[in-house]
Amino acid sequence: MTISLALEQLLNGIQLGVMLFLMSAGLTLIFGVMGLINLAHGSLYMVGAFACAAVAALTGSFWLGLVASLACAAAAGAIVELLVIRRLYDRDHLDQVLATFALILIFSEGTRWLFGSFPLYLDIPPLLQGAVALPGDATYPVYRLAIIAVGALVALGLYLLIGKTRLGMRIRAGESDREMIGALGVDIRTLYTLVFALGSALAGLAGAIVGPLQSVQVGMGEPVLILAFVVIVIGGIGSIKGALIGALLVGITDTLGRLLLPQLLTLFMDPSQAGMIGGAAASMLIYVVMAVILSVKPRGLFPPAHA
Amino acid sequence: MVLTRENAVNLTLAVLLLAVPLIASALGQPFYVTLATRIAILALAALGLNLALGLGGMVSFGHAAFFGIGGYAAGILASHALSGEPLLFDLPGTAQMPIIWLVAVIAAGLVALAIGALSLRTSGVYFIMITLAFAQMVYYFAISWPAYGGEDGLSIAVRNQFPGTNTMRPLNFFFVAYAVLLAGIGLFALIRASRFGAALAATRQNEIRVAALGIDPYRIRLAGFVISAMITALAGALYADLNRFVSPSMLAWHMSGELIVLIILGGTGRLFGPLAGAALYVAFEFALGGLTERWQFFLGLILLGVVLFARGGLLGLLAGKTKHG
Repeated sequence: MTISLALEQLLNGIQLGVMLFLMSAGLTLIFGVMGLINLAHGSLYMVGAFACAAVAALTGSFWLGLVASLACAAAAGAIVELLVIRRLYDRDHLDQVLATFALILIFSEGTRWLFGSFPLYLDIPPLLQGAVALPGDATYPVYRLAIIAVGALVALGLYLLIGKTRLGMRIRAGESDREMIGALGVDIRTLYTLVFALGSALAGLAGAIVGPLQSVQVGMGEPVLILAFVVIVIGGIGSIKGALIGALLVGITDTLGRLLLPQLLTLFMDPSQAGMIGGAAASMLIYVVMAVILSVKPRGLFPPAHA
Repeated sequence: MVLTRENAVNLTLAVLLLAVPLIASALGQPFYVTLATRIAILALAALGLNLALGLGGMVSFGHAAFFGIGGYAAGILASHALSGEPLLFDLPGTAQMPIIWLVAVIAAGLVALAIGALSLRTSGVYFIMITLAFAQMVYYFAISWPAYGGEDGLSIAVRNQFPGTNTMRPLNFFFVAYAVLLAGIGLFALIRASRFGAALAATRQNEIRVAALGIDPYRIRLAGFVISAMITALAGALYADLNRFVSPSMLAWHMSGELIVLIILGGTGRLFGPLAGAALYVAFEFALGGLTERWQFFLGLILLGVVLFARGGLLGLLAGKTKHG
């Protein structure tokens, strides 16, 4: 194995981590502020990807598609919040799980209804095609680097939004004491809708930017949703910092594990067996990491101080 | 047994489930026998989960793992029995259901002990996500392990045998599943009435008081979780035999979601809730599936309506509210 391969896989891991961060930031924000577990977050990811693919196919512009994905996911999130989610804040987690599970069925089947069962494809925009050179003769696609940049920008933007703005102050206040902030005259219902739409837009963005790397199809959100759960459980539910660190940890562990474990096992057994066992073990690796972290810190790496 | 409204509804359900396949079989409609078998098996799987979820308040979103482990126990043992290759340490495979069930229950119990020991250190929404994540771990393992079919799954050429009956006949297999379901319901009732069941329900209602009484809530919950997983695994073994096929989809998180749905449709924590829920679910699936290809869309809408507006499920509607807790 060469250095360049390792570097390439490391970058792939960071790229996966960044995408997971976009998903888990919304998920953890929604849980932190509203105390809601949202299984339908993966559906919003799918909505973003489909909106981007459909608009890009219609107009020929990936960038318009990207705008559409943000708008559609945010709108879908806001509508769902107003119609359904709003009634779930006072319910127990079981009701929330079920209602959002029902939403997944509706979203998935509805999307299949609209777009058919065949996957859609998205092209990488011309601006971001091509590759850059890595040390040691290898190249790396510009588009994947752009994803990493987008993730870094979103992380910075969220930090500024939550830490430095009036809206962010209200969000933080909502996390610590929702009755108090309501009593102080903040329109808590609108705030909740806003936070939900923001989280949905982030999920939609994640779906749209991953679109060109894989096919856009019904059910694409579910594996990502479950990885995002692992991320926020590792990071501490409600913590954006935890989501960032957890996402990078999961992304890098998963990618490098798939590369390294089979190679490591060839030291002990013949290659075909090592490939088989290593592959199976690598697919379980992040869950093992999660189990280890939870056995040391049951509330994740960065548990919120309250709640 | 006092003939309360709930008992009357329960009895009707049990008799109906027995009557439908008998009549269908007499009329030469084996399809409905299979449908009833499916109801019985799904009800048993949900009954297992109901022990953890309804009685113990542990919202496990990973019971598909145990359902699938049961299924794979049946599939793997049957495939070794067919090929004649020894399984482990020269032990042969088997096509005898009682042995398969024992293996399924023990295997799932051990896995549940490990998953439960870790997951029960947390609670609430963490518990939901962690059980889901561990079930996904088992799922991905099944997909990436090629020895038993990997993603394609594993067929069971001939349905496994139960002593004294020909299980290839749909009605006979239904009787086996029905008997196991009744035994499961009996076990659930026994547990609920026992000191252990009271302690388990108490950990749901008030953990601190349980601890103050000198009972360790963690151990009670872990025991409840393991028993719950074992019952669901038994249903998984039967389900594999029903379809004569086992695949990673039995382990998928959709399955975990479906099991929870069955309980909620029927009525959480109730003895016959899983049966009522399974009957309703399979009937929905059958009726809606006949009307439209998009039946899952409407199932989602119905489910949403039940969660938002009709808490208590079918039994809540038919038999009134539970007395307490």
